[in-house]
Amino acid sequence: MDPSILTVAAAKETQPAPSRGHGRRAGWMAWFRWVAWLMRQHYLVRIASVAGVIGLWQLAAQHHVDLGVITFANVPAPTEVVAAGWDFLHSAKLAHHIGNSLFRVFAGFGAAGVLGIGMGIAIGRWRWAADVLLPPLELLRPIPGVAWIPLAILMFPSSELSMIFITFLGALFPILLNTIHGVDGLDRRLEVAARSLGASHWAVYREVILPGAGPSIVTGLAIGMGTSWFCLVTAEMIAGQYGIGYYTWESYSLQRYADIVVGMVAIGAFGMASSVLVKQVGLALMPWYRLRTRQG
Amino acid sequence: MPPPVPAPHELMAPAPPLATAHAAPSAASIPSVTATHEAGLGRIDLRQVSIRLGTGAASFLAVKDLSCTIAAGEFVCILGPSGCGKSTLLGAVAGHLAAEGQVLVDGRPVTGPDQERGLVFQQHSLFPWRTVLGNVAFGLKMRGVPGRERRERALEFIRLVGLEGFAHHYPSQLSGGMQQRAEIARVLITHPRVVLMDEPFGALDALCRLQMQELLLETWARIQTTILFVTHDIDEALFLSDRVLLMSHRPGRIDEVITPDFPRPRRPELVTSERFVHHKRRCLDFLRQTAPAPRP
Repeated sequence: MDPSILTVAAAKETQPAPSRGHGRRAGWMAWFRWVAWLMRQHYLVRIASVAGVIGLWQLAAQHHVDLGVITFANVPAPTEVVAAGWDFLHSAKLAHHIGNSLFRVFAGFGAAGVLGIGMGIAIGRWRWAADVLLPPLELLRPIPGVAWIPLAILMFPSSELSMIFITFLGALFPILLNTIHGVDGLDRRLEVAARSLGASHWAVYREVILPGAGPSIVTGLAIGMGTSWFCLVTAEMIAGQYGIGYYTWESYSLQRYADIVVGMVAIGAFGMASSVLVKQVGLALMPWYRLRTRQG
Repeated sequence: MPPPVPAPHELMAPAPPLATAHAAPSAASIPSVTATHEAGLGRIDLRQVSIRLGTGAASFLAVKDLSCTIAAGEFVCILGPSGCGKSTLLGAVAGHLAAEGQVLVDGRPVTGPDQERGLVFQQHSLFPWRTVLGNVAFGLKMRGVPGRERRERALEFIRLVGLEGFAHHYPSQLSGGMQQRAEIARVLITHPRVVLMDEPFGALDALCRLQMQELLLETWARIQTTILFVTHDIDEALFLSDRVLLMSHRPGRIDEVITPDFPRPRRPELVTSERFVHHKRRCLDFLRQTAPAPRP
């Protein structure tokens, strides 16, 4: 692009409006500048955006808007959801619902973390491990959690274990693939340097490969934490009594539509919070990485 | 956002202790640097060494029937055009590459990487997840030296290379020259018999490179060790070394030896002296003959 165009445009923007009686134009300019300033206050914009979406939802639900392809006739309004959420917060079962779900997610996530990181390092390091492990895993990867429900029930002695298996599957693949990626991307010279400095076989893993793949592993864990929550409703379709996913599903059967949204919001909030937690713990363990991303 | 680290030229400020150090090289002020070194070790014998790189049909002979002897405590530069196999040869002496023929250090065949043969790369081979202190102390940690002693000796070597005050910085917070200083300290701390340097100053600007060359000579004067230094910079090779081995293009052989017997300590002014220029011309003539014909 011709650079002179840019400078002309910039000059237009910065020059004060001519004072030759163009009062209305000056007013528009001031308003425009104010809006531009507002847009630069990123947090305000973000909050306003969320508020706007909720506002639209409220309007659509309240007036039972029917757009043909999509109808809001049976969608609960935000105000109803807030009321239902308030009731949920005060229900005696709340702790059971949340406690059960947290346990299922973290048990599945923990198992996926151990297996995913372990297999990821093996696959990233050894050709034969990649040949043996990767093809079956790639075959299993596209199968969604829902499809696993019948087999999960048949394979495990308790429904609790079946549910943990499904949250485990949700978390496994992001962790596995990111670990492989991290190990693959490691600069070979770091390993060579460590070996020359006297590092033994195991010291290379502890001192070079694990910290070197660390940022990738943490990314995998944060995504895996999210996908584990993602699979929670699926898993808790099997549940008999408690769990946020179960609560969501049960509310549909009982036609308590506002409660469905409460369950959805709860899952979203817990999923996001635990992902952020994983990421923050990871960054706290890797101060060097935080420095690098801040500079780069 | 402005980087939290001062600009590289400001960071070079701690260099003065070195500049003054070589005026009066008081080895007594840093006892452990010289104390533990065993004198007279570090002789390298290469006998009919051939190195093949790559596998199958794509493999080629990078080094062919190369023989030479490097005396203990000698500073030898290998000079040659890019891709002549000089880094490959270094890798074989380090023990990272398998070689036919005999690679002997003090009469014993090289079978793998070892602390007694330190390796310095061009750049970015410090562990980014360790501070300068952690990087420099790494070799001692691998040797099982207890924490406090490790720290004391690492700080000593950090001082030696002029990085005082930067012990707790991460590599990403340092300029290229400072990273190479840390790299040199990291290798020297275990008192290797042989230090192998693969274009260690290749990524630095001219002034910084000159400073580092002087630093290296000062440090080498204190720590008697054999240095095998690979470069494609004629001035650098002549300025630093006792002997320059000129290597021809693939398959690599040593075709000529130049002995820059300038008195030490050497000063940067040396490079403009008549004898220096005479040697330089010989090197240039050689490189011109051996360089592969330019391809369009």
